[in-house]
Amino acid sequence: MIQMAATRDAYGTTLLELGDENPAVVVLDADLSGSTKTGLFAKKFPERFFNMGIAEANMVCTAAGLAAAGKIPFVSTFAIFAAGRAWEQIRQSVAYPKANVKIVPTHGGITVGEDGASHQSVEDIAIMRAIPNMTVIVPADAVETAAAVRAVASFKGPVYLRLGRNKVPTLFDNSYRFRIGKGKVMADGCDLTFVTTGLMTAQALIASEVLKKEGISARVLHLATIKPLDGDLLLDAALETGAIVTGEEHSIIGGLGGAVAEFLSEHAPTPLVRVGVNDRFGTSGKAEELLKYFGLTHEGLEDAARRVLERKGAR
Amino acid sequence: MHRELIPTLEEKARNLRVSIIKTLHRSQSGHTGGSLSAIDLITALYFHTLRHRPEEPAWEGRDRFVLCKGHAAPAQYVALAESGYFPKEDLMMLRRLGSHLQGHPDSKQTPGVEVCTGSLGQGLSQACGIALGLRLDGGDHRVYALLGDGELQEGQVWEAAMSAAHFRLDTLCAIVDANGLQIDGEVAKVMGVESIADKFHAFGWHVTEIDGHDMGAILAAYAHAATVKGKPTVIVARTVKGKGVSFFENKASYHGVTPSDEELPRALHSLGCLEKL
Ligand SMILES: Cc1ncc(C[n+]2csc(CCOP(=O)(O)OP(=O)(O)O)c2C)c(N)n1
Ligand SMILES: [Mg+2]
Repeated sequence: MIQMAATRDAYGTTLLELGDENPAVVVLDADLSGSTKTGLFAKKFPERFFNMGIAEANMVCTAAGLAAAGKIPFVSTFAIFAAGRAWEQIRQSVAYPKANVKIVPTHGGITVGEDGASHQSVEDIAIMRAIPNMTVIVPADAVETAAAVRAVASFKGPVYLRLGRNKVPTLFDNSYRFRIGKGKVMADGCDLTFVTTGLMTAQALIASEVLKKEGISARVLHLATIKPLDGDLLLDAALETGAIVTGEEHSIIGGLGGAVAEFLSEHAPTPLVRVGVNDRFGTSGKAEELLKYFGLTHEGLEDAARRVLERKGAR
Repeated sequence: MHRELIPTLEEKARNLRVSIIKTLHRSQSGHTGGSLSAIDLITALYFHTLRHRPEEPAWEGRDRFVLCKGHAAPAQYVALAESGYFPKEDLMMLRRLGSHLQGHPDSKQTPGVEVCTGSLGQGLSQACGIALGLRLDGGDHRVYALLGDGELQEGQVWEAAMSAAHFRLDTLCAIVDANGLQIDGEVAKVMGVESIADKFHAFGWHVTEIDGHDMGAILAAYAHAATVKGKPTVIVARTVKGKGVSFFENKASYHGVTPSDEELPRALHSLGCLEKL
């Protein structure tokens, strides 16, 4: 029986634990504390919670000031409003000074659902990744989220930790050790590698099983940290399997697919197919419908695998 | 207040103006007008009002200063150097490759700089965050934030103004260097911001308006701000852009233009500095 849990819920409960353990942890939100789950922290530690109102730019820079005063601020709102509205604030006030600010948006990607394009961030990984000093993390499930939230709290420096709205399958158990910048091979294989992040890793695991029945052996490399990229595991995958399919709940431009393409073209040119949102805006619908509509499914990954294998064979 | 204090600070400000002119003449890049308009306000902070230890920049008990109008970095740098945060010779390296004196304030590189600014509109928010953080620790540190009047056109300034009043940040003192000019000309013509006092008042701040070159008024305003409880204070300081160098005064064209070789002696002469170069 597959367990389902939302990454944002894991965030809310982990923040509560951190609040107990570390008095330097403070939390800021912009009128979305119910949705982002920072409301749990707000209730337990009202003096260390700042509802900044609908003013994301001010929120991000206030967090930078709190960090300058020795605090560890966690900043939450929806991904599009954190990364998009406050991009230059993150760049100038957080990343440039290496301020110890953790930007932890929820509702990343298209699975925001019914709210539609205005609320669906499919560019945030790209624009956060482009900023020097930034670390960018997209966990696959609730267990990894809890571990990542703890890891970024101990890590000194700016982080963008992107979470989702909906319940996703739990892939990891409590023995899992998350390390910033380290990927994890979730299934071995020798014909190609799925390099995935966030909720696409669960789909890659299914795709790998399906393809096995066709006699195709697909490795699954989960990269929760998109920046810094785990070049070692990626290079292994390229050299050992000779074909790569990336998968992410994000535009194919500039996100994980972009990062992998940059890395491979420089270090180990390898046939590559990027699965993601194909240079389009999101649209309203139920999360599950949207994932199908945009091809962010195991079927989408399987098709991509067959295409990349054709190109590998033609070489 | 000690009788000698005001003349001493006035003399200090005059010397720092000289230092700004020499520094900007050497770098041939940087912002002259807004550094000169702000230097009296900055001098009063660094040499009287701020609790700080130049030999121990990270001293926990220090008050904080945020230069929101980061382009006036030369004014802060000369005050930091004069205070002893770093050797005065470093000023000659302003804006050079490898210098710790960046074009705009950089907390990673310059001792005494608290946060990174340069992109207008963000500093007051950072100052609010510092004040919130220090208050959590139970400190009575004061936080000073110096803004430009053109900078007030940034919407984020008003987000910060709203939040500072909401959080009753009475340790926060904003200072507006109201010199009436920005890059493209008069603030009133580019995009009017008046009444600055009424706006801050409406946002729930305590407001004082002073002549930003009257040292006695500046000191009194800082002292008064420290007594205001339950709300932040803004000091609207009426200033002259380029103040002290007659041919720079009130000229938008000297916003980001440095003294030329030909202008240098005239500028120093205008400041009453008769030393041989
Ligand atoms: C966000 C942003 N936009 C534009 C600039 C470019 N800029 C630098 S100084 C300046 C004018 C500032 O005017 P004011 O705040 O009145 O400063 P002062 O007159 O004291 O120099 C501008 C537009 C900037 N630094 N940041
Ligand atoms: Mg001005």
